[in-house]
Amino acid sequence: MIRFDGVTVRYASSDAVRLRDATFEIPEGELCLVVGPTGSGKSTLLGCINNLVPRFTGGIRTGSIHIDGRDTTLLQPRELATTVGYVGQDPLAGFVTDTVEEELAYSMEQLGYGAAEMRRRVEETLDLLGIADLRDRALRTLSGGQQQRVAIGSVLAVSPRVLVLDEPTSALDPIAAEEVLATVSRLVRDLGTTVVIAEHRMERVIEFADSVLLVGEEVRIGPTREVLAASPVRPPIVDLGVRLGWHPLPLTIREARRAAAEQRRAWLESPPPLPAPAPGGRPVLTAQDVVVRYPQKLAVAGVDLVLRSGGVTALMGRNGCGKSSLLWALHGAGRRDGGTVRPADGARIALVPQTPADLLYLATIAAECAAGDATAGLAPGTTLSLLRRLVPRIEPAAHPRDLSEGQKLAVVLAVELAGDPDVVLLDEPTRGLDYSAKAELRDIIAAMAAEGRSILLATHDVELVADACDRVVVMAEGEVVSDGPTRDVLAGSALLATQVAKLTNPTPVLTVREYLDVAR
Amino acid sequence: MLRSALPRPLHPFAWWGYAIGLAVAASSTTNPLLLAGLIGAAIVVAMSRRGSNPWANSFALYLWLAVFIVVLRVGFRILFGGGDGPTVLLTLPEMPLPSWVRGIRLLGPVSLEAVLAGLYDGLRLATIVVCIGAANSLANPKKLLASLPAALYELGTIMVVAVSALPQLGESLQRVVRARRLRRGSAARSRRDRLRAVETIIVPVLSDALERSLALAASMDVRGYGRSGSGGRRRTLALGLGAIGLLTVWAFRFLAGSPDVRLAGVPIVSVALAAAGLGCGVAALRVAGRSVRRTQYRPIRWRWPETLTVLCGATAVLLVTAVAEPTVVFPAISPFAWPSLTGPLLLALAAAVLPATLTPPPSMPKVAP
Repeated sequence: MIRFDGVTVRYASSDAVRLRDATFEIPEGELCLVVGPTGSGKSTLLGCINNLVPRFTGGIRTGSIHIDGRDTTLLQPRELATTVGYVGQDPLAGFVTDTVEEELAYSMEQLGYGAAEMRRRVEETLDLLGIADLRDRALRTLSGGQQQRVAIGSVLAVSPRVLVLDEPTSALDPIAAEEVLATVSRLVRDLGTTVVIAEHRMERVIEFADSVLLVGEEVRIGPTREVLAASPVRPPIVDLGVRLGWHPLPLTIREARRAAAEQRRAWLESPPPLPAPAPGGRPVLTAQDVVVRYPQKLAVAGVDLVLRSGGVTALMGRNGCGKSSLLWALHGAGRRDGGTVRPADGARIALVPQTPADLLYLATIAAECAAGDATAGLAPGTTLSLLRRLVPRIEPAAHPRDLSEGQKLAVVLAVELAGDPDVVLLDEPTRGLDYSAKAELRDIIAAMAAEGRSILLATHDVELVADACDRVVVMAEGEVVSDGPTRDVLAGSALLATQVAKLTNPTPVLTVREYLDVAR
Repeated sequence: MLRSALPRPLHPFAWWGYAIGLAVAASSTTNPLLLAGLIGAAIVVAMSRRGSNPWANSFALYLWLAVFIVVLRVGFRILFGGGDGPTVLLTLPEMPLPSWVRGIRLLGPVSLEAVLAGLYDGLRLATIVVCIGAANSLANPKKLLASLPAALYELGTIMVVAVSALPQLGESLQRVVRARRLRRGSAARSRRDRLRAVETIIVPVLSDALERSLALAASMDVRGYGRSGSGGRRRTLALGLGAIGLLTVWAFRFLAGSPDVRLAGVPIVSVALAAAGLGCGVAALRVAGRSVRRTQYRPIRWRWPETLTVLCGATAVLLVTAVAEPTVVFPAISPFAWPSLTGPLLLALAAAVLPATLTPPPSMPKVAP
């Protein structure tokens, strides 16, 4: 269905080759999962399928691409509208009209479908994606998951032969992501469309993926188990399976539970020694009865929270449950309509907002760092050396907008850390970060905690929480619903359990590292 | 019940035809009773037949604008005088002005004639504004643009994109302003510092907007926008330029009052120029439209309620301009005569209010989820 012959891509902005000699073929009707570390060219490869790369991104592409037996190498993306449907990361950025029905019809209007045919297809698409009750809602009022489903529907309406999804859930919370991926898996089974998907929640997709395309130094395609075993990025269960040499390699919790049955029984008889949470330091921030009330909504409804030095606390809960409002209220820059927030004597608080790029406005990173030094009254170069410690490979002359999400986060963090804060609040820092960037973030957090700072991070990422945090606070509807050591909160919950915890339940082992440590 | 009378939105052209008719009728009268009646009719129709869309709520704005116009007109007459008559209502202390602003007076005697002239004039403009407001809240602007010739389709796209981009810009501005509070910025002391503060907001907002527009452009392209080819672009350009040129020459001749060859009382050159210019314009639109192969989702079809609505507007115009006596349509101010409504004017008002019942109601209100 899709055939790449020696496709090589180099962008105009740098000399580095983004995609080197990609040669592969994806058969018709398959779901192909694209994996690879950050910057390996996953998005580039997906963009090549409908020629967005290089038509929209610039750069040089060599090699040839055939789709459905047709040479599409030189076609415009618009010529491929009925062949390739493309859905990006942020659905809102791609909407052209303003209501659900019109958005679904947009492609067909452009392609000159007849009125009756158009109406029929819109109705079918509404049902196919389960969004019929949203038909005349304004797109902006929909939740993230609904928006992404509309975006998928709007390209499916013209029944393309290939559906390309570039990290369709990276901007969504886990429940919305679940909703979208469930829809995708149903479409694959029902429609037989060829789907190419890049997804960082790999564990949700590998179950029904027919093949995996690994993008790295070389591009290779093969059966899921085979490719994942050799992949540098893989979900925790697969990682554990590879390290313990399980055969066949488990892809789902069920398969892994079967493989680990014996180990579980052994642990039931003699519980393994699991590391206990470190005792907290002195309290650096005490909040009592914090209330944040917006005109239409009570965002935070009386929250008590004590942050201790050296502690890493995760703040979890679905989107819109008041996490951000609480962080802003704790910092003091956001609104607070009741209660008290008392930092310990002279304790400084820093907050990294959800879109760190909002804080960057200078032309180079070096300039940003110099501005950070100036405002904090530090010797020139302090912030830059701090940044170098966080991300060693960063280029000071680069424009902040050219950085990856993880690097932007690091720059803002470095500027904030220059003020030597005692409390660091992070609002969803894992958004848009892949496995390796998250590993870096985990190290940064650990380093900050070791310096005696207290860290509170709002996140949806259970695996990161299990790895980096010692305490978890879960919020719902503006209230704290559970607060305790990470192991107790995560392992005791069905929704928040990590993959390894689901595997070892009822023994609360949270991460692959812990499993390997105690199993030895 | 007839199919065409079922709840549905009316064709936008019908609403605009009706509203323009009312506006033309209003512009050819100064009778305050008739004008008030036309405003009333427009309000009744707009209130009973507007949908639940965001643009439908804009009607109140137009009403306030109309009130403002009337107050302003009358206020100016009181402040600066003009159109003064013998019937002085009250005398305000006149402000002495320097001699070089002759012809203008500040305060002073206020005459009934001046106030009435201001009121009639203001009311006339206010009625036109209310009619346009009614059309705007009754007709779906997106459907209106979609019904225009295919060559003008881009206008519709630009409008829809702009409408959805504005709130996004507002949101990102809000976010950046909030985020700025986090960077311990030194208080703005000098002018340079203040400029810097603006920079810290504008740069992230604009780069955000730029990124968004690129994403939108890519998304539109991927979904087939502009696929219908750009054939005949050169011919369109030639015809369009021809139309502009011919019409410019015609307008110049018309304004300059150039002598013309008359044949049976018809100025040949002028008419030929105007006809050729218009012809070129129409041809340009057609050629451009032919290369565009787009369709419209759920187009609104023209049925008899649409025709009736336009007829109502036309009837009002006809009755006011052709049938009613001029003394009633333009009541005298000096000497003052009470305005009155005669049979033809009452009929015109009846025609103006008819669409409130003749047209199908807008789509059923949806139950909130």
